[in-house]
Amino acid sequence: MLLSRVRRTLATLAASALLVGSGGVSAEYGLNLPRGVTPISKEAYDLHMLIMWICVAIGVVVFGAIFISILKHRKSKGAKPATFHESTTVEVIWTIVPFLILIGMAIPATKALVAMEDTSNPDLSIKVTGYQWKWGYDYMEDGVSFISSLSTPKEQILNQQDKGENYLLEVDNPMVVPINKKVRLLLTANDVIHSWWVPDLGMKKDAIPGFVNEMWFRAEEEGTYRGQCAELCGKDHGFMPIVVVAKNEADYQEWVTAQKAAMDADAAAAGRDWGMADLMERGEKVYAASCAACHQANGEGVPGAFPGLKGSAMVMGPVDAHVDIVLNGKPGTAMGAFASQLNDVDVAAVVTYERNAWGNDKGDLVQPSEVKAAR
Amino acid sequence: MSNATTHDAHHEEHPSGLLRWVFTTNHKDIGTLYLIFALIMLFIGGAMAMVIRAELFQPGLQFVDPQFFNSMTTMHALIMVFGAIMPAFVGLANWLIPMMIGAPDMALPRMNNWSFWILPFAGVMLVSTLFMEGGAPAAGWTMYPPLVLQTGDAFPFLIFSVHLLGISSIMGAINVVVTIVNMRAPGMTMMKMPLFVWTWLITAYLLIAVMPVFAGAVTMLLTDQYFGTSFFNAAGGGDPVMFQHIFWFFGHPEVYIMILPAFGVVSQIIPTFARKRLFGYSSMVYATASIAFLSFIVWAHHMFTVGMPLTGELFFMYATMLIAVPTGVKVFNWVSTMWKGSMTFETPMLFALGFVVMFTIGGFSGLMLAITPIDFQYHDTYFVVAHFHYVLVTGSLFSLFAAAYYWLPKWTGNMYDEKLGKLHFWLSTIFVNILFFPQHFLGLAGMPRRIPDYAVQFTEFNQISSIGGFAFGLTQLLFVYIVWKTVRGGEKADDRVWEGAEGLEWTLPSPPPYHSFETAPEVK
Repeated sequence: MLLSRVRRTLATLAASALLVGSGGVSAEYGLNLPRGVTPISKEAYDLHMLIMWICVAIGVVVFGAIFISILKHRKSKGAKPATFHESTTVEVIWTIVPFLILIGMAIPATKALVAMEDTSNPDLSIKVTGYQWKWGYDYMEDGVSFISSLSTPKEQILNQQDKGENYLLEVDNPMVVPINKKVRLLLTANDVIHSWWVPDLGMKKDAIPGFVNEMWFRAEEEGTYRGQCAELCGKDHGFMPIVVVAKNEADYQEWVTAQKAAMDADAAAAGRDWGMADLMERGEKVYAASCAACHQANGEGVPGAFPGLKGSAMVMGPVDAHVDIVLNGKPGTAMGAFASQLNDVDVAAVVTYERNAWGNDKGDLVQPSEVKAAR
Repeated sequence: MSNATTHDAHHEEHPSGLLRWVFTTNHKDIGTLYLIFALIMLFIGGAMAMVIRAELFQPGLQFVDPQFFNSMTTMHALIMVFGAIMPAFVGLANWLIPMMIGAPDMALPRMNNWSFWILPFAGVMLVSTLFMEGGAPAAGWTMYPPLVLQTGDAFPFLIFSVHLLGISSIMGAINVVVTIVNMRAPGMTMMKMPLFVWTWLITAYLLIAVMPVFAGAVTMLLTDQYFGTSFFNAAGGGDPVMFQHIFWFFGHPEVYIMILPAFGVVSQIIPTFARKRLFGYSSMVYATASIAFLSFIVWAHHMFTVGMPLTGELFFMYATMLIAVPTGVKVFNWVSTMWKGSMTFETPMLFALGFVVMFTIGGFSGLMLAITPIDFQYHDTYFVVAHFHYVLVTGSLFSLFAAAYYWLPKWTGNMYDEKLGKLHFWLSTIFVNILFFPQHFLGLAGMPRRIPDYAVQFTEFNQISSIGGFAFGLTQLLFVYIVWKTVRGGEKADDRVWEGAEGLEWTLPSPPPYHSFETAPEVK
């Protein structure tokens, strides 16, 4: 009790001392690991604090000896050098004692690790797919699927607008989970290696193309938990956050129902013929979310890295090839396959948009049914 | 001079001007070349760090685009590791090993010349990728596939420069081994060698063992990219994680390649200024060898999050924790050497003391990172960045500064400016902690590494860190000035230079003759 109060005061003092001269101070900056809301995050936190205090204690002894030496055994104080230069006894002691301390650390660490790696008997499973640069979530039991990408406006990133409270840690479609349920994540990736990490859930695991990794968590409190991709995955690695909303069972079921209704509506929309204006409007949104990161909002790309689409031979050429590259990507380049991320309406809309935006003016329009046939 | 008849005059014969440096086979000249090259690369890599810290001074994108930011983190690491720290230690090895073991020169002088002169070309090739289509490599110095396969025209140049740097390191290492094994003065048994020589001997074996592994890994990347192989491509039956295993089988010993010679340097300096023999010489040797052995069986602690079997994670956790034992022995030995000594605090001693304290801090965070269940939280955050900069900057780099101040009077015959040296130490120490200590907090609070922009709650500590970074960077200009001034002139140093200095190099004049020991000294 007293110790934790002293610690908090010290931490605050240290932080405010460091902050002198550093402009604006935001409401909450962290100094330490969050304790989190899952059994494993709490265990990890306790283990972290234990090891840290052991290190501090060893540090006090070692640094204490150095400082006493510096103060007392200096020539300016007339110190005469001793002649000892070995002692088997002390050398054996300071080999064995650290070894015993390490065993003391290894026991709780092993216990925690065994619990963390036990992904058996989950209550629900969610497949997590990393894309450059967004996340895809597929609920294995409930049949809900969606893509989750950064929702912070570009203007805030480019300093043209004030930054919001959850700057860079906000998404359009958060992962929603029920509380007090063992949620198992099955992680994979579509292009390069990503890593799924939400500090409050206490676990991080890589999403690797061609392989499936597992991790689990059991959120014990309702709330919104934020994290980020933790493995360098290219240009927008810093811009693919993760948001998990933990809800009680009833709210979670309500959310599942609403998601399914929305998916049904999308499926129905794919069946009808779309007009130019509707396709262009939807296409612009899809383009902004899925394409603009590389090909840029103005369609001019980044010379040398990402080709422009404005006036490009691909976009001005046959529709079939254009739909094909969006669905299946271009092997050996950064152009990924979007077949699993975009539905038929999205692909039809974005292809139509690319063929008619930035003065491309092909005038043709692609229907969702054509995309369906091309899959 | 070409008709010189006396033995001595013949040995003094060498071209002057630029050609002296191009054709030199002399260990001192080559050592100097290595050190100058390392210093230049330190400033190039440092300038990239300044770009990183400038972009991270505030949230939002201010100066560079994210792709270029990734190039900066990648190139900063490659240049610092392969261009600055490693060549600097090879430079020290060249200068010091022959003088310390009583040899006239390195065993393989022509190969010595070649192993240096590969470096500038490899370095220029690496830096030139900044101007290529698609930009410089941006997939991190660890070059993980599949991301690294998205590199533009720079890709083959990256691989080739890594090959060249590796060839240079292997040749340098072979030279060190052959010299130490064959050219010791009579009476200089293995267990009488100075610790700097011991640590370099072990380092050289590490280099010979792992650089070919690294070359193999990047060659597999090359064939995956251009020749249709699928070593790391899951769609072709390969495994991207296999690259990480191979890379870190090289990468972890590589970490010790950059710190073992630093242990050697500090083990030379502390006894001198404590005026007391090194405590536990033989346990120091055994601890170094143990660390080198353990370095081969801990590699997967860099990749706890890739999804290994539980037993694998436990093995690598226990093996990694074990490293704390020999490392602890070293620190305790240094402290015991100071204990009841008669210490003075000239600049080399200050840097060595700074090394012991701050390297130990890096050791503590290393121990925390070894604990797998909490590494899941620390992995790929700024906590890791703080950790390895404590061991590489306040560890390796500080030991290099200590070495430079310690041996510069011997090398040049002139004393450096003690006041400026101390100023350099204190400014460096204060600013390096302002730079890296807050990064522990950033990592624990959840900031991933290698991101160009961050959530607003990370602003304060990033600003503090950046201010420390700019100041630390500027401070290093002072070092260049001090070295320059010392080379140009100054108070003359006597042969022993330091009151408590022991070892063969201090029996030579300052500056030493072109060939160190033409007649081998007798070691009792």
